[in-house]
Parts: sequence; C-alpha cells; structure tokens
Amino acid sequence: MKRFARLFAALDATTRTGEKVAALADYFTEAPEEDRLWTVALLSGRRPKRSVSATRLREWAAEAAGLPLWLFEESYAIAGDLAETIALILPPAEDATDRPLADWLAEVRALVALPEEEKKPRILAAWAALGGTERFLFNKLLTGGFRMGVSQVLMTRALARATGIAEPDLAHRLMGDWSPERTTWAGLILTEDPTADLSRPYPFTLAYQVEDPPEGLGDPADWFAEWKWDGIRGQLIRRGKEHFLWSRGEELITDRFPEIAASRDWLPEGSVIDGEVLAFADGRPLPFAALQRRIGRKTVSKKLLAEAPAVFMAYDLLEHGGEDIRALPFAERRARLGALLSEVPPEAPLQLSPETPFDDWQTLAAARDRSHEEGAEGLMLKRRAAAYGAGRKKGDWWKWKVDPFTIDAVMIYAQAGHGRRANLYTDFTFAVWDGEALVPFTKAYSGLTDAEFERITAWVRRNTLERFGPVRRVTPAHVFEIAFEGIQASPRHKSGVALRFPRMLRWREDKPVAEANTLADLKEMLRLYG
Amino acid sequence: MARDDLLTVTAHGISCPLGDFHIDPWRPVSRALITHGHSDHARAGHDSYLATPAAAPAIRHRLGVEVETLAFGQPLKIGPVRVSFHPAGHLPGSAQVRVEHKGEVWVVSGDYKTEPDRLAEPFEPVSCHAFITECTFGLPVFRWRPEPEAMAEVNAWWAKNRAAGRLSLLGAYSLGKAQRLLAGIDTAQGPILTHGAIEDLNEVMRAQGLPLPATTRVTPETDLKRYPGALVLAPPSALGSAWARRFGPASTGFASGWMALRGIRRRRGTDRGFVISDHADWPGLNEAIRATGASRVIATHGYTAPFRRWLAEQGYEAGILATEFTGESLEAPEDGP
Repeated sequence: MKRFARLFAALDATTRTGEKVAALADYFTEAPEEDRLWTVALLSGRRPKRSVSATRLREWAAEAAGLPLWLFEESYAIAGDLAETIALILPPAEDATDRPLADWLAEVRALVALPEEEKKPRILAAWAALGGTERFLFNKLLTGGFRMGVSQVLMTRALARATGIAEPDLAHRLMGDWSPERTTWAGLILTEDPTADLSRPYPFTLAYQVEDPPEGLGDPADWFAEWKWDGIRGQLIRRGKEHFLWSRGEELITDRFPEIAASRDWLPEGSVIDGEVLAFADGRPLPFAALQRRIGRKTVSKKLLAEAPAVFMAYDLLEHGGEDIRALPFAERRARLGALLSEVPPEAPLQLSPETPFDDWQTLAAARDRSHEEGAEGLMLKRRAAAYGAGRKKGDWWKWKVDPFTIDAVMIYAQAGHGRRANLYTDFTFAVWDGEALVPFTKAYSGLTDAEFERITAWVRRNTLERFGPVRRVTPAHVFEIAFEGIQASPRHKSGVALRFPRMLRWREDKPVAEANTLADLKEMLRLYG
Repeated sequence: MARDDLLTVTAHGISCPLGDFHIDPWRPVSRALITHGHSDHARAGHDSYLATPAAAPAIRHRLGVEVETLAFGQPLKIGPVRVSFHPAGHLPGSAQVRVEHKGEVWVVSGDYKTEPDRLAEPFEPVSCHAFITECTFGLPVFRWRPEPEAMAEVNAWWAKNRAAGRLSLLGAYSLGKAQRLLAGIDTAQGPILTHGAIEDLNEVMRAQGLPLPATTRVTPETDLKRYPGALVLAPPSALGSAWARRFGPASTGFASGWMALRGIRRRRGTDRGFVISDHADWPGLNEAIRATGASRVIATHGYTAPFRRWLAEQGYEAGILATEFTGESLEAPEDGP
C-alpha cells in the first residue's frame, strides 16, 4: 500500500501530464502484478462493491476519534470528502507492516459478506494500522469514489510506455466486462486475444464542439452530416449468437432495453454498431425525459415499454463479418452499414440514423436551426475519409449543437461544494419572479471560474439571511444567466418545470434583480419546447 | 459579554474599559496593545502602541509608527489594571496579553502556536479565569505533524528539484512564516533567493539579532544563472504573478496550515502544499486551553461556532467574540499571517 500511496502522492503533486505518465509507467513496471492490475481497474472506474454505508463509517470514525458526531459532520463539511475527513480526524497510526494494495482490496471485498458487527473491528484495525495517505486511500476503496486525476487516455499511455504495447491495442483490451478478480495482468494486458471476451466493445470516438460557423472545415463534400440525437450513446454488439448493448460509460445495459433484442434478426454474426439509444415513437424521438424513465431500471414493466419504447439509432459500423473495420474510411463503413440495414422495417427497434445532405454550409446551418423540431440537439459532422479513432481527438468528428436555452435568474440559496471546491460556495439555487415572489426552479453548480466562485463566496458569507445546515439563504441580489438543454413539466418542482443540464452561463452583474425572467417566461418555453 | 467584564468588544476592538486601552484594535484608539505585527492585529492610526521588544521592529517597519515596548513577563500598571505580555509562539515577539484586576485574570491569546520552532519564543501557558482564544484551525481535521518532519519534506522537495535542474519557488507569508522556514530548512543545500517583501523583513529581524541564514534579494538585475537549483521564497500572492515568470518552469510550493486539506491544496494550484502553520492545531488548541485552567473560554476568529459548542460540551463556560481578525487567511493578499 505504501507504493500505491507514493504513486497517489506523485499524481496528486503535479498537474503536468508528462510527470503523471512517468510516475504511472514506473508503477506499472515495478509494482507487483496483482497491484498493477488493481490499479488499472481502479483508474478505469472498476471498484469493489461498497461494503459499508457512509453513515456507519461516520459513526465509527467519530467514536474511534472520541468526538461527537456533530463535530465530525462540521469537519466533513469543511474537508468536503468523507475518506479524507476520516483519515484526518483519527489519531496518528501505529505504523504496522506494509501490505500490498491487492491485499487491502481483498480485505475490503471480504467485508461485503460479513455482518455489520464483524465489519466494524476490521475497519477499526485497518484505520489503526494505516497512516496518512494510506488511510485516506483505504477509505476511498471502502467508499467507492476514486479519482486520481488520471484519465483513461493517460493511463493507457503509461501502460504503453511500461509494456511496449501500442496504445490503441491497450485501449481496446481495457474495454468491456473484465474484472481484476477474474483475470490477471498477463491475461488482460499482455495477451492479444480479442475473442477472450465476446462482449468486449471498442473504445468510442468522441467529438469536439465545432467553432460556429463551421466554414473553416473546408470543402462540404468532404463531410457527412447527421442529427445529433439526445439519448444514450451506445454500442450494439452481435457475436456468438448473443447481443450486448453497452453505454458510453462502459455499462452493460442489454437487459434494460429488452426490445432491442429483436435487432438480432437483422444483424449477422460479428457485427458491432455505434449508435444512440432513444425513446422513439411514430417515427420520431420522444423527449429525453421519456428515456430517463428507462435509465436505471433493471426490469421494465409492460406499461413503461409501451409508453417509452426504445430503439437503437445506428451511426457507424465498427465490426463487419467478425472483422475490425475501424481503419476503413467512414464513407465505406457507412455504406456497409446502410447495406446491412436496408431491409430493416420502420417499426424495428434498430434504425439507420438518416443523413442530413448539404452542398454548402448555409444549407447545413438552416438544417441545424430545425434541430429542435426534429427532436435533435444539433448536428454531427464526420469526415468521410476518417478512420474510427479511440477517444476524443480534434479534427475528424465535430458536434454542432444548437445554442442552449437561456434564462436570467436570481440566486437565492448557496451551498458549499465538495472536494476541490470544499469551503467555496458553488452550488446555487435560482429563482424567477412570480408577481412579487421569487420561485425557485433550478440548481446549478458549474460555469463560473474559480476567481468568480471565490468572489461570490466572500459575498455569500457577508449576505447570509438564514442558515439551514449547509445551505444559506442569501439576499436576492445577483442575477445569473442560466443555460439549459431542455425543459419538461415536473409536478415535483414548485415551479412546475424541470431543466436538463442547467449551468451558469455568466454572472450578470450588469442586471438588476427586478429584470430577471418570470415564471410566465419559463411556462412559455415549456409550451414551445417541452 | 456582560457589561462589567474586564475585557469586552467595542466597535474599535477588544477593549479594557477600566484601563482605557485596547488590544489589537481595528479602529483608531488612544492606547493600543499589539500582540504581533500581522496586518489584522497591528493597524495604523492609533495614538500609542505597546508591544514586546522583539515584535516592535516589524510593527515600526510596517506601520511607520512609534512603538513603546514591554518585555515578556514585565508587569505594567495601566490605571487600576495590571497587564503583562507572555510568549504566544506565533512569531518572534508575538505575545499573549494578561490582564489582571483585583485578582481576576483574563488572557487574550492573540495568534498562537503551541509547538516550538527555531525562531519564536516558545508558547507559555498563562493561568487565568477567562481565556480569549483564537481558533483558526479549531476543527479536529487539523493536526500538524512534528515540525522536523514537515521541514524534511520541504528539504526533499528542494533536493529533487535541484537534481532536475529546476528552481524551487516556495510561497510563504513575509512576516513570520518565511523566517521560520529559513530557520528550519537545510540551508546547506544551495542558495536562497528572496522576494523584496520578505527580504525587507529579514533585514528587520537580522537587525534585532535573530539568527537567519544568508539570503539574496531578487532584483531586476539578478542573474539567475548564478543560482542554479536555488530555493526562492516569495509571498503567496507573488507566486502566480509576472514576478514569478522569470524563474521559468520552477516547481511551486506553498506552506500553510490550510494545505492539510486536499481540496484547498488542489485549488491553490501549486505543485506541492506543505502543512506548516504558525497557528495551533486542534490538539494544540485544546491543550493550551486546558493549561490555562480557565473556566471561561471565548473564541475569536476561526471556526468559532463549532469550537464554542465543543468547549461548552467539555464543561467550559464558552462564548464567541466577533472580531475582525482573519487568522491564517487563504484569501488574504501578501499581508496575511
């Protein structure tokens, strides 16, 4: 664990990617293989099942530190991180022998099956044996959330440096349904066996937002345009007589969308399609809210299946006849996809995402203006000659989203953030006017710079009217322009509306509170676009 | 506080009505007792200043005022009241103020640190009935490691940068923290350069006989090639400024108690955060309060609300005194403690 703690400290101590990659590459060369494998797993979001609730951890830590629970909570509010708070408030460790990371993970995994009264002494013993960063990391393993400031791309680069294997190969090997409990360093990283896991998806290509207007992209003939659908980006895999549906977050969601199983009728063995899961009826997508009802449900009722039927809207073909065709030009892949799906009837749960033809950029701009009517959030632009790359790379794929909806709102509550933003006020509740009253309608916590958050934090401290636990009611004095991607009716909200992806676009210091928007303005937006 | 208390707070600051003087007042008064030279405690505009002989030079330097002195432990009668200064361990000359009237003793802590360093007079617990304490770091997440360990970390960071051919740019407040670092780090490792704001105070402290190692002031003419692998000490506000750019791809560090929290450390955006504070940590605060034997404890600046509640649960008659002191502020410009 000491070596892992040193790695963590090294990663935490620098913002330079070169130094991060070097520290990781060293670790992937020197650490025991089992520790390396677990580190790869943790860095790619695979973590042990949560074995004990945060509430218990708080109680046990407060007790072990000899502190009242309320004081633990006050400390937590300041530190902003549970694992860190526990690590800091406990007395210094009785420095014991160093056990490898994999050992501690075995300890954490073993907790799941134990009754609570047996978990407690083992966790207390771990806290007493681990000092400083190690105790913090142990708590991170216990509580799940693990961020080390290392993207999958950086990790893959470090692995490539440590093993001499090419980055794209490694990126592919790390995809899909693997677990350090069922594989080995040699089996996962060093062995080239793409059939090892039938369900394994390819790394997704991601797009950047294009500069507006996109004339800079050059000759329109080099580009293919299609709608950018607002659903769940996914990969549909047909191998070994089965099918697998992956989300972009690398979650296997096959069983959540049982109707998509019928797509097997049209897909031959050895096909992999990049596309979008959409709630879809009568030839057009339903609002995202409909799809939202399906997300997170492992079993789907007949009623819900009827109200929010899903389709897989196909964008691209990555594997054809069992062959990886990602290196072929997009135009060729797309032609093959079109041929593959040419017989698919319109009521099938698998559809070809239509092309938006254009000869010049003005035509395309006009099409983009129709996005909301089409149920899309803008356009995608793909270079016809481009291979299917891994990850986000500037140049071949662009998204050209429509401008977000905006509304000017008044800040009425503020709450401190977490982690990096602990003890800064970053989470705000916004309201619009309803006659003389301010009606809260959304929260937002991103969009301002650190400097702006520090300025508003100082203001919040001086202008608090009331405190409810961590939340402060403040003088209604500041107007913010709130941007959002969609609006829907919501009986659960006082305002009657719920927004999609709300964030602060800018702090309107020029605008008096009286000139903020009204509830009637929101209702009108709901009528037009809900 | 009640009207007949020995010390109370007015719009001007902590006041002793019987003796007609104030302690670290924030608005102009006739007679100010100053615990130390940080800007939230020593302000301009008072008619007279009283501080310890070791604290006075920095106050004179910063405010350009006359300062009378009173040595640690020397009693002074002000009206019917007896006052004396006692070491607070915060920085050289920093004092707690003991105020006595008819056998009733109050102590104002000023800013204090219980762990000794190599420069400041060690903190001295003073028995009292009522203790007015700071609690900048008055939560149990703040627990400092022994000073030698923290200094060893700074030394190791400096050595690593030197080996990589980089300068080490270390942010530290110019009065107190900078000199404490100078007294604690391994100066044999290489040359030490200083920002003018720090070097000015180094000169003040050298003149009063404090043992500081040799340092070189950075000026526009300084030829950095002559100082490979140097440690550069600068106020935190200079770290991200145009001034710092001349040092090229230096590694940056910041020494402050706030660096104990990872979120703040990361937000600060320096490469390294060193947990080195001139304030008492949680165990230090509790130990100091216990050692006074006071039954009444009043918190001034810091996490006053939870700290008061904690003290009340420990059986103290606990209160809060709203002051304008900031303690070790993160937002404070160069002049912070």
